[in-house]
Amino acid sequence: MKFLHYLEKITGVSIYPLSSFVIFGLFFLVMLVWVWRSDKKKIADISRIPLD
Amino acid sequence: MQVEKFYYDNKIVKWFAYATMLWGIVGMLAGLWVAIQFYAPGSSLSFAPTTFGRLRPLHTNAVIFAFVGNTIFMGVYYSLQRLCKTRMFSDKLSWIHFFGWQGIIVAAALTLLAGHTTGKEYAELEWPIDIAITLVWVVFGINIFGTIIKRREKHLYVAIWFYIATWVTVAMLHIVNSFEMPVSFLKSYSWYAGVQDALVQWWYGHNAVAFFLTTPILGLMYYFLPKAANRPIYSYKLSIIHFWALIFIYIWAGPHHLLYTALPDWAQSLGVVFSIMLIAPSWGGMLNGLFTLRGAWDKVREEPVLKFFVVAVTCYGMATFEGPMLALKNVNAIAHYTDWIIAHVHIGGLGWNGFMAFGILYWMIPRMWDTPLYSKKLATNHFWLGTIGIVIYTLPLYWAGFTQALMWKSFTDEGQLKFQFLETVTHIIPMYITRSIGGTLYLIGALLMVYNLAKTIGKGSFIANEAAEAAPLVKEASVKREYWHRWIERRPMTLLVMSLIVVAIGGALEMVPAFLIKSNIPTISSVKPYTPLELQGRDIYVREGCYTCHSQMIRPFRDEVARYGEYSKAGEFVYDHPFQWGSKRTGPDLAREGGKYPDSWHYNHMMDPRIMSPGSIMPVYSWLLDDRLDTASTPAKIRAMMKMGVPYVPGYDLTANKDLMTQADSIRVSLAKDKIKTPATAEIVALIAYLQRLGKDIKAK
Repeated sequence: MKFLHYLEKITGVSIYPLSSFVIFGLFFLVMLVWVWRSDKKKIADISRIPLD
Repeated sequence: MQVEKFYYDNKIVKWFAYATMLWGIVGMLAGLWVAIQFYAPGSSLSFAPTTFGRLRPLHTNAVIFAFVGNTIFMGVYYSLQRLCKTRMFSDKLSWIHFFGWQGIIVAAALTLLAGHTTGKEYAELEWPIDIAITLVWVVFGINIFGTIIKRREKHLYVAIWFYIATWVTVAMLHIVNSFEMPVSFLKSYSWYAGVQDALVQWWYGHNAVAFFLTTPILGLMYYFLPKAANRPIYSYKLSIIHFWALIFIYIWAGPHHLLYTALPDWAQSLGVVFSIMLIAPSWGGMLNGLFTLRGAWDKVREEPVLKFFVVAVTCYGMATFEGPMLALKNVNAIAHYTDWIIAHVHIGGLGWNGFMAFGILYWMIPRMWDTPLYSKKLATNHFWLGTIGIVIYTLPLYWAGFTQALMWKSFTDEGQLKFQFLETVTHIIPMYITRSIGGTLYLIGALLMVYNLAKTIGKGSFIANEAAEAAPLVKEASVKREYWHRWIERRPMTLLVMSLIVVAIGGALEMVPAFLIKSNIPTISSVKPYTPLELQGRDIYVREGCYTCHSQMIRPFRDEVARYGEYSKAGEFVYDHPFQWGSKRTGPDLAREGGKYPDSWHYNHMMDPRIMSPGSIMPVYSWLLDDRLDTASTPAKIRAMMKMGVPYVPGYDLTANKDLMTQADSIRVSLAKDKIKTPATAEIVALIAYLQRLGKDIKAK
């Protein structure tokens, strides 16, 4: 591989930052829902693992 | 249910703890030494290995990879066994890991002092050591996952998630950033050039902070803070959100190290936005830590361990608030290249990493030796010395950074630059002196700790194998045994794969456009490859670590253009393997140094900088005047460059030395005109050739 060909202006580069936002947004929402719905008792048990 | 008896391996933890203390002191001593060189340049001893440019990488590598590295391993080996309710997967692998890592540290120290460096910050180690790091890291990984798989605890506590993410991301960062073309046993060139090299390097550099100095330590916080406070973490749900948001966002923020440089604008903006978002998960983690102590603040008053943790977590919060602020372009315009950044990283290094390490050591050692701490009072004194040390270290540097940036940007009413560069340096020397006093206090505190812990160890008796018992895991899933068993075994792997996907998406989307689209870096036809002599000179520049004090990147600001010349273009760096943009201006920028001074100026300046600029704090480089250039390496260097696409004519490797001698001789003659007698093969001649080339290509129109 040679990284030596850099010409003309990059077109449609906005897709990169935009897709990164969408990916993060979706991921974050799914995670929030998952955490929200997780079982309270189980969570409390897990949080005590270091102390047992 | 039958409980099983087993033993935790404390011996490996003990040795990692010893290594933590040893390398901590070594790294801090190196730091103090380089701090003193700022106001007493004579303390470089005019000896190459103890000169700032070589000692500073030793300091950073020792503190990051030796001190914090061993802290991570000691904490992981202690907590992982207990969180999984099992002994480590393999004692043999633990010891290979231990000796492998210490061997790497020793090799790193020796090669860095001898001037073998790739010239990329925090990734200076040469390729054989890079390979050794990869192997030892794999051993560590097998040992972690083996332990997780044979665990007796159904659930993976959040600390383990942080360990897994750390392992997988550090592996990815190290491999991607270490692509290099070997020239000889201890010399290589970065595979990437210029802008791409900078982007990869700061994607690595930023995430080394994230995944070596932050995530593993957060994992340790989630284990040791609840232990020391004897209560569960404030919100376990918050810790899950903290984990995923942190590792997802961190990986994108690297370009904030390159604001206003020749990096394409879209990449800079991406870095800024994600950096701002990073406040949320970072503060979520900090608050989770601090809130764990709600209602238990009386314990903090008596218990030095908790004192250390509270200040550590607070420093984490301060540094992670400051980070996003520094990523704002208007703040960055002032802070970048100044001592502000040094203050910022030491809030993290001394406060967050150091105090976490101290707290863990004070907590763990009395337990492993089954005896109370020798002196709580001494530990409290250490805490105060350390805290005051951090304040006296950082405040003057914030002041220095701010002052210097404003001086750089000052113009007279007539529109001239108000201050010479050197004036802005000499002005802040009192701050440098104060900083080293703060560092000394911090170091004295650490020495008190070593004494205190040695005394504790002396009066205790070490429990090499700590007995424990727990029910085996398979028994729990009696109904759907097969299903449960397989499901649980798969989960750490799922976590591993998920973390890898999450961090790889960030890395790829950030870098792919800069590599694959032909476009990002406009070529400039007048930019030509370095001549053989300049290439050799550039290697000397890299070897002596000039980039630790000099940038080669002029930002498009009025003052920088007035001071240094036309701002830097991406296309100017296409043959720079590695890039040498630097990150700190202790000395002036050198991007357009070529032709500014006569050859003889550089000769005398290297012999003793204070002859040419009285008051300069640059070290003496007198050995460059005596040492001879190794011209035998020229063909191999040219060949390596050609393999990476630098357009030398085919077969040039064989005739390169002829051109080298011709150019060297012309510099010899030019020096002789100014009554300086030097052989054409002296190293200084090659360095002068390189310095005189810098930034000239786009001037020659």
